[in-house]
Amino acid sequence: MGNSPLPKEPYNIIITGVGGQGNVLLSKLLGNMLTRRGYIITIGETFGATQRGGSVMSHLRVSARSSWSPLIPKGRAHMVIALEPTEGIRVLANYGNPQVKILSNTRAIHPVGVIAGELQYPSIEEIRKSAHELASEVWFIDATDEALRLDNPVLGNTIMLGAFAGLNMLPLEKEDFREVILEMMPEDKLDINLKAYELGAEMLNRAVSGTA
Amino acid sequence: MSYLADNNEGVQHLLLGNEAIARGALEAGVKVATGYPGTPSSEIMESLSKVAHGRNMYVEWSINEKLAMEVAAAGSFARLRSMCVMKQNGVNVGSDFLLHLALTGTREGMVIIACEDPGAHSSINEGEARMFAGMLEIPLLEPGDFQELKDMVKWAFDLSEEIRNLVMVRSVTRLSHGSGNVKFGKLPEIDTNVDAGFQCDGFILDPDKGAMISMPVNHFHGRLQEKLKKAREIFEDCLFNTYNGVEKPELLIITSSACNLYCKEAIALLGVEDRVGLLKLGTTWPLPPELIKKNLSRTDNIFIVEEVLPIMEGNIKVLAAEMAPEIGVKNFYGKNAGNLPTSGELNPDLVLDALKTILSVEYEDMPESYKKKAQAVALTGAPNRELTFCPGCPHRASFWSIHGALKLDGRKGFVCGDIGCYGLGVLPTGFSTIKALHAMGSGIGVASGFGKLRQFGMDQAVVAVCGDSTFFHAGINGLLNAVHHSSDVTFIVLDNGGTAMTGFQPHPGLTVNAMGDEVPGLDIAAICGSLGIRVEIGDPFDLKGTQETLTELIQDKKGVKVLILRKNCALSPERKNKKDYEMHIDEGICLGENCGCNRLCTRIFRCPGLVWDQERKTSRIDEAICAGCGVCVDICPAEAIKKKEAA
Ligand code: SF4
Ligand code: SF4
Repeated sequence: MGNSPLPKEPYNIIITGVGGQGNVLLSKLLGNMLTRRGYIITIGETFGATQRGGSVMSHLRVSARSSWSPLIPKGRAHMVIALEPTEGIRVLANYGNPQVKILSNTRAIHPVGVIAGELQYPSIEEIRKSAHELASEVWFIDATDEALRLDNPVLGNTIMLGAFAGLNMLPLEKEDFREVILEMMPEDKLDINLKAYELGAEMLNRAVSGTA
Repeated sequence: MSYLADNNEGVQHLLLGNEAIARGALEAGVKVATGYPGTPSSEIMESLSKVAHGRNMYVEWSINEKLAMEVAAAGSFARLRSMCVMKQNGVNVGSDFLLHLALTGTREGMVIIACEDPGAHSSINEGEARMFAGMLEIPLLEPGDFQELKDMVKWAFDLSEEIRNLVMVRSVTRLSHGSGNVKFGKLPEIDTNVDAGFQCDGFILDPDKGAMISMPVNHFHGRLQEKLKKAREIFEDCLFNTYNGVEKPELLIITSSACNLYCKEAIALLGVEDRVGLLKLGTTWPLPPELIKKNLSRTDNIFIVEEVLPIMEGNIKVLAAEMAPEIGVKNFYGKNAGNLPTSGELNPDLVLDALKTILSVEYEDMPESYKKKAQAVALTGAPNRELTFCPGCPHRASFWSIHGALKLDGRKGFVCGDIGCYGLGVLPTGFSTIKALHAMGSGIGVASGFGKLRQFGMDQAVVAVCGDSTFFHAGINGLLNAVHHSSDVTFIVLDNGGTAMTGFQPHPGLTVNAMGDEVPGLDIAAICGSLGIRVEIGDPFDLKGTQETLTELIQDKKGVKVLILRKNCALSPERKNKKDYEMHIDEGICLGENCGCNRLCTRIFRCPGLVWDQERKTSRIDEAICAGCGVCVDICPAEAIKKKEAA
């Protein structure tokens, strides 16, 4: 398998969200797809207590040459995939830089402090504004809303992955996605996941042609 | 993850660190694997349990780590390669047995895997299992990347057989729960004709045929130290100790474990490859002196990089002091010199910052103006996320009732707890009801003490909570103590049908074991009942009934009373993604801030599935999050929360 050159070496992706959203699964899918293309992948994540409603992050390093630290150094993220919009904003304080790009879900998950009225949750307009202030390119898509229409909010992950593939930053092929799903999930989950994956790419195109 | 048992030598897979450890054990032909679940170690045993039958292995989730070690030791005594897996705290639990086992020694290879949690991501202490290797006088191996997790675990079995003693392999969260590409080695043939047996009729001092007894201690202690010496000799040429860099660098970094990866990254980012050499040690106890001497001789400036306590640093300094007449006096950088913190986990940035100062080089992680802006935006744009019980978690309901009953009782009562999801009862998600939180089983243990202080005037209600898995692990001891001494305690078993915190491993209360075989389940209620004490069983989702029972138990001041609250975890296979009810809020009834309830539902109960709609000024069900448990119906005094049986 030949390695096409990466936009950066290593290319650093942060997948962020809230415990229970399926961060770990998404990083695994993405990591396995890229492994199939011959890249060397290192992933760092935390699971356990932090998954109980806390902020969770997966660090994914894609390299054509070697393995790297499972933690991305400060200020060195190239791409942030946010399953929850404020989580994307949160990671930029540590890992952002003027060139970073963000692909974000729009669906909010309110922290209990917000539910209790102790903290404020920003409006989606404010979140968009913050993202544009801090990132060079920004895409927002209604992944969870669309997944609810498919009757399973967890498919929001697959939609986000499809959207990321649609950005064409990395050689992510639908065929690899198919194979990886078959390796990781029961066969009856394949069709709905393929559908969600394609939907993600379509939604991205819409987000790009409109003003995201 | 069936590919873990594929015999495809040379193929690369992206593996979770814990899967790499499991693969290493499979390549070593492990026959008996035991453990107790604990983050970040659990996936090792889970991976092995999936392939146990196919590989003719015995895999057991034991009731606690001490038992796990004992069961694994039996395997080794009977000529079977065995392994025992746990998180850092587990080594403490089993250490009593280990201190004896180290003396008797082992036969077929026996390896202990200790997965530590620097930074305490999923722990309430930072442990230090490495200290045990020193105390037990056994070798300690620390893999430095994902490939080594597999390769070193495999090698640990050979080493154990060579020295006839157990070997400890230490991983950390960032390796165990990280993933990397691992090249598979060969799997041994599946051996279905194993001839296990414990030979114990030989001469008492014969390591192969005698009994496994550490007497006379003097003899066995001497033998143990000989074994350790042998390990040290082997380590001198061990290929898992590597040096990278120029022959005579300005600064030598000595590191191990995940820090190896942080050091590599920091050196690359600073571009100081020609100034810094990196000695990565895979065998950190005992240190091989000749290898250390050779490397210390490269330069006068040494920087030791490890996580949490300066253990390796201390050991290297002892050698350096002894060698000083030959190699000269060295300048040390590390923990004692203040270059790195002695608590919390490390990362590339902490290593980089220290290195930058030591070498006086410039480095900017982010442009200053960007950093300021990003931090300011995050402060207002990303509200903090406190941990919370899952939507539909039985513990939220249980703590609601406990909290209510203690308030009603009015004697400033409190709860003692221990380890499991229910430990979150210290936070507002559990109404901050837990006030003492320690080791596994300590809730009932500490409560057993409080309940005996009536003679000194202590009148507070004393409640202990414990999960079902924890009950068997160590809770049962505290219970026996409390019952025997007639301590005035209300003991609540939060029985959610599995080891929820770590991903739902079976425990003795269930009728299935790690390998999926049917086993007799032990009934917690019957065990408690056999002690001649009052035992009640309730459904935590029945808030009213639970509160009534609890109030009665707390006020019945005669000895130990037990309440078992039974409801499966919201993430259990039985409940996950299955809503019992479709929920909605009747906005005509919800008065929001104007209701006299002070927004009991959202301000106090705080289930993430029930949110506050700032625009509409009412509560709202978030359909993507709500688990449809129906409990919140009984929270709303105005009866605005409605449930309908799900189709
Ligand atoms: S995993 Fe289960 S027990 Fe733990 S917080 Fe979630 S629902 Fe509760
Ligand atoms: S029914 Fe109520 S308490 Fe249960 S998960 Fe949904 S919002 Fe939470």
